[in-house]
Parts: sequence; structure tokens; C-alpha cells
Amino acid sequence: MEQLALFDASPRWTVTGLTRHLRLLLEADPDLQDIWVQGEISNLSRPASGHIYFTLKDSGASLRCVMWKTEAARLRFAPQDGMAIEAHGSLGIYEVAGQYQLYADSLRPLGEGALYQEFLRLKALLEAEGLFDAARKRPIPASPRRIGIVTSPTGAALRDMLNTLQRRMPLAEVTLAPAPVQGDEAPLALVAALRSLNRVAAPEVILLARGGGSIEDLWAFNDERVVRAVTESQAPVITGVGHETDFTLADFAADLRAPTPTAAAELATAITVLDLRQTLIEMAQILTGSMGTFFERQHNLLEGFQSGLRFYSPIRRVQTERQRVDELSRRGNAAQAYRLELAAERLMGLENRLTALSPLAVLQRGYAVVTKNKQVVVSRSQVQVGDALRVRLRDGEFDARVSGDG
Amino acid sequence: MVKNEPKPVEALTYEEAFVELETIVAGLESGERPLEESMMLFERGQALTKRCAELLDKAELKVQALAGESLADFKENQ
Repeated sequence: MEQLALFDASPRWTVTGLTRHLRLLLEADPDLQDIWVQGEISNLSRPASGHIYFTLKDSGASLRCVMWKTEAARLRFAPQDGMAIEAHGSLGIYEVAGQYQLYADSLRPLGEGALYQEFLRLKALLEAEGLFDAARKRPIPASPRRIGIVTSPTGAALRDMLNTLQRRMPLAEVTLAPAPVQGDEAPLALVAALRSLNRVAAPEVILLARGGGSIEDLWAFNDERVVRAVTESQAPVITGVGHETDFTLADFAADLRAPTPTAAAELATAITVLDLRQTLIEMAQILTGSMGTFFERQHNLLEGFQSGLRFYSPIRRVQTERQRVDELSRRGNAAQAYRLELAAERLMGLENRLTALSPLAVLQRGYAVVTKNKQVVVSRSQVQVGDALRVRLRDGEFDARVSGDG
Repeated sequence: MVKNEPKPVEALTYEEAFVELETIVAGLESGERPLEESMMLFERGQALTKRCAELLDKAELKVQALAGESLADFKENQ
């Protein structure tokens, strides 16, 4: 049995004290609090709590890791045993088990880190060149009829886009420029598809899209050649690459970035067939309404004409004339009567004068008219004794004979 | 220029029919046309409205695929 030194100066620890001390040491070291650790996943478990426990290992060592439920929920992929990853987090100690471990807050497949660095480098370069400037972005037509699509002919993205376009704007004509959207040949194929689509179909807008995938899957959309081809496209480009959270350099270069292929198809059809129907209904109403207005106006005009016609009607004229005739005739009659009266008076005057001049008037006063052979005897020499004379008195005549020469 | 007889509405695309409809509506709204002409425009407008509605009803997305420098009808092989 080993003899303990009586006056051993070594510090005394409780397990708890020692473990806490170690924990504080680790936690105080900034080089251990914000780190990426690379390794292969093993012993992964995800109990009902939702936290993820696993071990990262490489050929020489292993590291216990835990990821809390809230962080685990944000993972873009499902970590599995055997998967090579990088884990980000802080180092600490689980005191109960005396276990130092990595408290991971995010995971990414191995290689993504290097890709991300490349992504940032290229992004800065192209940004400095002005390829992502807002001023470069062209407006997306609200109702394009010729729509171009660059994507894989077999992917779900194409089906989603065609369904969306059929539903929203079935009058559209779609030209697909098929191209592989991942793999080594993808960037050049995408560039060629964009170019020939513009040249052959002259679409009014182009949808450049692919469905979700890992960052490596989407990598072709970070290729500098593809990015430049997007900015050189004659037609404005809408990108819809991956999911909501994925941003590629093609997205930055695009005239409009959509979170998904379906959303890209929606953004290309701002005006839908429903809008067209609504407009058509309104046009039909205006058409009918304008005809109603037209008839109303014509009706009013006609009414105006009618009262005008009544005013200037010959009937009215006839009535007026009749009245005038009446009046004239009245006046005419009066004039006539007056004239007659006048004539009558003149006649009477004449008569009186005639009467006054008449020899008969003299006879009234007792004179007689003597005629011989119808000749008035005015002289003694006209008669001889024995002549037969005719004597006219006031009230008759008689024959007489000259009996002597007085 | 002597205006030709208008194309039968059945021969018009949606855009053609709609543009003509717009013109007719604007023309009728401004008024001041003889009755006969207004009636003709109105009837034409109604025919155009019907044509547009039919085209919307039976519209089906036309999809072609680029093959090299030429276009071919595209059928999804699901």
C-alpha cells in the first residue's frame, strides 16, 4: 500500500469543483467558443426530446456532440451516421458525466465551407464589377405571352412551373431550353440554353430554375459563366433556384429572384386569366352601357326634334292662316258694308238731285208740259190753230187742240 | 385607305380580338356616330367579347422545347 505523504501540498478538489473549474477554463478560452470542427458522424441518436446526440470522429480521436432541439430544427439536411460534416459551436463540459463535448449550433456537409469561401470570393468580384446593381435590373412584363424556361426537362421544377403557368395564364406560349442543372456539364449547358433560347424564341421573360438540393447540387448557379450569361440575356431573367433559404449568384444577377420555381412562374404571370376575365366583363358592361347611353341620347334628340316639329308644324300654320282669314274676312265684310253704305248714300244724293231737276217736280207745283208730236212746246211759234197737243200734268196727261191764237 | 371588311371574329387571336374590342368601346364611349354605325360597332363588340371569353375558356398552355436551333412540341414524359 502506498504511503501518503503527511504534508502533501497538492491542492484538494472535489469532483464537482474540479469539473466546474475545467468547464470555466474551457468556456473562458475564446479559441474554443466559436469553432468549426470537421469529422464523421457516428452514434447519432435523436430521442423524443428532439435534441440530437452524436459523436464526431476521425482516424485519431472522437468528440461528443450535442445539438439542442431549436438548432436541430433549422438543419437543411438530415445528419446520418457516416456522414462527413463540419459542426459549428462551442466547447463545454457536461459536468454530471464528466464529459467534455461540443455544443453544436449548426452543421454543414463537409466541403460546403470551402465552397462557401469560393462563393463569397466570386460574389465580391462580380459585385465590384456591378453585375448585381439594382440599376441593371429590367422590369418584368406583367403579362408576357412568350415565356422561356431553362431547366432540366425531367425535374419536378419544370412540372411545377408548367402547372402554375397553365393555371394562371394558359394563353402563354412556353419554350423550354432543356439543360442539366447539376454536374460538371451543367454550367456550360445552362449558358448555351440561355443564349439559344433568346436567339431562337425571343421570349419576353425567362425562368431559370431548378428544385431544391444541397449546396453542391445548386453549385452550377454560382458558376461565373452562368452568372454572366444571366446578365447578358436579352430577355429579363427570373431565377427560382432551390428553396426559400438558398441564394445563388445567379439569383443576385437575375432581374428578379424568386424563392422557388413555382414562385418564379407566378412572378412571370402577374396578370392572370382571372384578371383577363374580369377586364372582359368590365368591357362588356361598358359596351352595353355605351349603347344604352347612345339610345338615351338619341331618344332625347328625337324628343327635341319632335317638339321642334310641333312648333313648326304646318298644322299650326294652317290654324294661324285660318285665323287670319277669319279676321281678314271680318275686316273685309265691314269694308264692303261701308262701301255699300257709301254707294247707297251717293245714290240717294243723286236721286235727290235728279228729283230736283226733274220736270215732274215742276209739275208738282202746277206747271204743265206741252208736247206736240213728242216735241216739248216751248215757243208760240211752234203751234198753229188746230194743232193736236199733249198736255202733261202732275197726275196724268190729256190731249188738247189749239183753238185760237189767244 | 379603304378599310377592308373586318376579319371574322373566329379568325382572331385573343390579343387581336381584345385590342379591337378596346378600340370599339373607346369609340362608342366618345359617341357622336350615326345609329347604324353604332349598332354595327356594338354587335361587333359583342361578338369580340364572346370570342375572347371562348379563347380564355379553352386556352391551353402551348409548350415547345428547343432542340438545337429548332423548336419541337414538348411532351412531358411522366
